[in-house]
Amino acid sequence: MPEATTSENGSGGVQIDLFSGSRMASLTSMEKIRLILDGVRDGNIVILEEGLSPDEESKLIEVTMAEISPDEFNGIEIETYPRSQAADQSFLDRLMGRQSTQKLTVIGPANQIQTLHKDENLISALVSRK
Amino acid sequence: MGLLTDLRDSISRVVDRLFSESEPKRIGIYGPPNAGKTTLANRIARDWTGDAIGPESHIPHETRRARRKENVEIERNGKKVTIDIVDTPGVTTKVDYKEFLDHDMEKEDAVRRSREATEGVAEAMHWLREDVDGVVYVLDSTKDPISQVNTMLIGIIESQDLPVLIFANKIDLEDANVERISNAYPQHETVELSALEGENMDEVYAKIAEYFA
Repeated sequence: MPEATTSENGSGGVQIDLFSGSRMASLTSMEKIRLILDGVRDGNIVILEEGLSPDEESKLIEVTMAEISPDEFNGIEIETYPRSQAADQSFLDRLMGRQSTQKLTVIGPANQIQTLHKDENLISALVSRK
Repeated sequence: MGLLTDLRDSISRVVDRLFSESEPKRIGIYGPPNAGKTTLANRIARDWTGDAIGPESHIPHETRRARRKENVEIERNGKKVTIDIVDTPGVTTKVDYKEFLDHDMEKEDAVRRSREATEGVAEAMHWLREDVDGVVYVLDSTKDPISQVNTMLIGIIESQDLPVLIFANKIDLEDANVERISNAYPQHETVELSALEGENMDEVYAKIAEYFA
């Protein structure tokens, strides 16, 4: 999937940054988290083609908590498709504790994105302006 | 990381656990805010030690620091396990102090509570990555279990190779739906209970002794 960035226009629209798996693969965990949080704190919606690893998700929560500030930043809303019971993992992956991280992930400011519906095939969200 | 390094780490984790059988297992009680984690922790601690762990409340983020009760011995069906219960703050990706204003709180108190809540969530994540040997994941069985926080946290727990039991709490409430939880996470055993009313605690203790012994 190509990497796409839609620039914010002057009419107060919402910027959506879509990061390809190959772009994210070249970054360290903290670089990924910084990229996501910097975008979200600017009011952008960040979409990751291949998502984060469980360890990166854990660190994302931790760093998000450290950055929450009253009346300024309330945290993030993050959505991925629910995993289908880990059935797609090979025995070796389970043995090694590896998980498939290829799951489209949508992240936005908690006060601007609201999930309307989510199942294994559809994420429906309402995005508002700042 | 290479395959050999992965394999070595994996074997190392198993060996560490095998040789630490005599040590109390640190069992983290995790889950979203207001699932009844502290009520459960208090129920277990009172039943086996006579003491409680911390205050319970219907206001979210009452627990803002991980609290530990050490050397809780649980024995059921011939199996005995000694655990340190770690009651953790409810995990979330967002905290807005304005939510606390709805609970008759002054702004200053609400801001302080939200700040402490964020520190508590970060601490809970740190415990999960570094310091627990097993997890009891508590869900409110009146709510949709497929929230993002739940799926992310269970994924994180699985990636750490930690044994996990899912507790479907609040079955004393009319809207409780345990099947919804067991269907959402069929890869893990779900035990239903009401920590508040003490319903089904025999099975809860039997499963804890079986899983974490």
